Amino acid sequence: MADDIATLRRILRTSRTIAVVGLSAEWHRPSYFAAKYMQEHGYRVVPVNPRYPEILGERCHATLATIDAPVDIVDVFRRTEDVMPIAEQAIAIGAKCLWQQIGVKNEAAAALAAGAGLDVVMDHCVKIEHARLFGGLNWAGVNTGVISARRAV
Amino acid sequence: MADRRFKPETLAIHAGQIPDAATGARALPIYQTTSFVFDNADHAASLFNLQTFGNVYSRLSNPTVAVLEERVAALEGGRAALASASGMAAEAMALLTLLQSGDHVVAAGALYGGSVSMLAVNLARLGIETTFVDGASIDAFAAAMRPSTRAVFAESLGNPSLAVLDIAAVADVARAHGVPLIVDNTVPSPFLCNPIRFGADIVVHSATKYLGGHGTTLAGVMVESGRFPWDNGKFPGMIEPSKGYHGVKFFETFGDFGFTMRARMETLRVYGAALAPTSAWQILQGIETLPLRMERHCANALAVARFLQSHPRVGWVNYPGLDDHPGHALVARQMREVGGAPGASGLLAFGVKGGLAAGVRFIEAAQLMSHLANIGDTRTLVIHPASTTHRQLDEAQQLAAGVPQDMVRISVGLEHVDDILWDIDQALAASA
Repeated sequence: MADDIATLRRILRTSRTIAVVGLSAEWHRPSYFAAKYMQEHGYRVVPVNPRYPEILGERCHATLATIDAPVDIVDVFRRTEDVMPIAEQAIAIGAKCLWQQIGVKNEAAAALAAGAGLDVVMDHCVKIEHARLFGGLNWAGVNTGVISARRAV
Repeated sequence: MADRRFKPETLAIHAGQIPDAATGARALPIYQTTSFVFDNADHAASLFNLQTFGNVYSRLSNPTVAVLEERVAALEGGRAALASASGMAAEAMALLTLLQSGDHVVAAGALYGGSVSMLAVNLARLGIETTFVDGASIDAFAAAMRPSTRAVFAESLGNPSLAVLDIAAVADVARAHGVPLIVDNTVPSPFLCNPIRFGADIVVHSATKYLGGHGTTLAGVMVESGRFPWDNGKFPGMIEPSKGYHGVKFFETFGDFGFTMRARMETLRVYGAALAPTSAWQILQGIETLPLRMERHCANALAVARFLQSHPRVGWVNYPGLDDHPGHALVARQMREVGGAPGASGLLAFGVKGGLAAGVRFIEAAQLMSHLANIGDTRTLVIHPASTTHRQLDEAQQLAAGVPQDMVRISVGLEHVDDILWDIDQALAASA
């Protein structure tokens, strides 16, 4: 399970496409906050939610399987008990990271993905971790844990 | 590789500040600006919706002030912090975010006078009632809890009572009732004590005191542990759409720093007790040397306490660093060891033989000790409460407030201990 600064930085630096499973189209939902933030920070967001045709200007997919581009991170905004099939699909489409959001903690799904060679992150928000490690969260008075004598990059 | 857990001496210098991205400046720049430009309309909308992190207006957040917030959060082992214009403002931000009309607070009795006023007068006027209890009695805290209780408030080390709070035991009482424990940790500073480690949920500081240390600048900080379960049914303002900030659900959206975000966007933004960037910078200059200073404050205070104990003109000495102090075991458990003894900070009180008149003579004979009402300065500060801060009370009322007529309070500074002892000795001789 990745939760150290070096590994999280590597995952976020080397990833470009994030499939957000369970993304809501309602602006005040945490999944929308996170996806909009990641889009504004240069990532391509691919919504996965059968309930909507389009979110944040991107076509929605009913499942990961129909996405026609390489996916780096599968970001899961679903209940813990629903994660296993998502992990199986993430492996099947060749995703590089299975990321379970705050409060989503499916250990078995994480172990399966890790066994298949994926990076796994659990119980963290992709937006908060990005802002923690690349700047922004510090402006909100949050203890980022970042200690460094180098400029922010 | 697991992240290194940096020690407080390192955090005091580095936490919250890396070299400036634009200029490479190693020391902290002072961002002396009220406002920050938006890149475009969509960026502005994202900022106002809190969908992206950034600065809008310095009443809400400022990059210099944010370094102070993160540094104190790191030193306290908390998740997030909010700075404000004074220690009283920090306390007000915590309480006004937490409480509403009809709510009830249980507070330790022997608090700093300003805190007593806020609870007993100002919040009472808003329909928030406080029950004051004996801070040494865990049973008294438990007995005072009501269904409407929404916070427990106490000081880790009382000023001027020097009572030591059993933080873990009081935290257990608060937790059993599903309400947060707020601890004023001003007197120990985060170097000597971290109340969150013992179960506190919110910590407040007057940064004016030891954090700044130089007696030049007012500031306050509120720290959130990140561990309180705000969805336990008692705090609808944390989980329902915010009336004060267009429908944001603070706990759902920001999780373990939701309380700090709500305090910032609903309370600080509206009441306006923001800290000036230059003030934050000055406090941060002080924090860099906090560990060194606290070690010396503790060593000097212990030497002063021992000297007073053996002095024929002294009736009694109250310093939690002394072995016979009733709070000594708690100090040993809760506070950092300094030079082989529990670090009990720099504040002590003692009785001058001869009562009120002798106390006044002692103060007037002091040569390098400054007669004033602050604490936590590099300078040794001295005050005789019965003739100053508590003079409007009669003798019985003074005793009830923990201020006997012979009491002198000293905030022991960083001068050479021999010089401090010399001044105390000559002033005691003059008090006869």
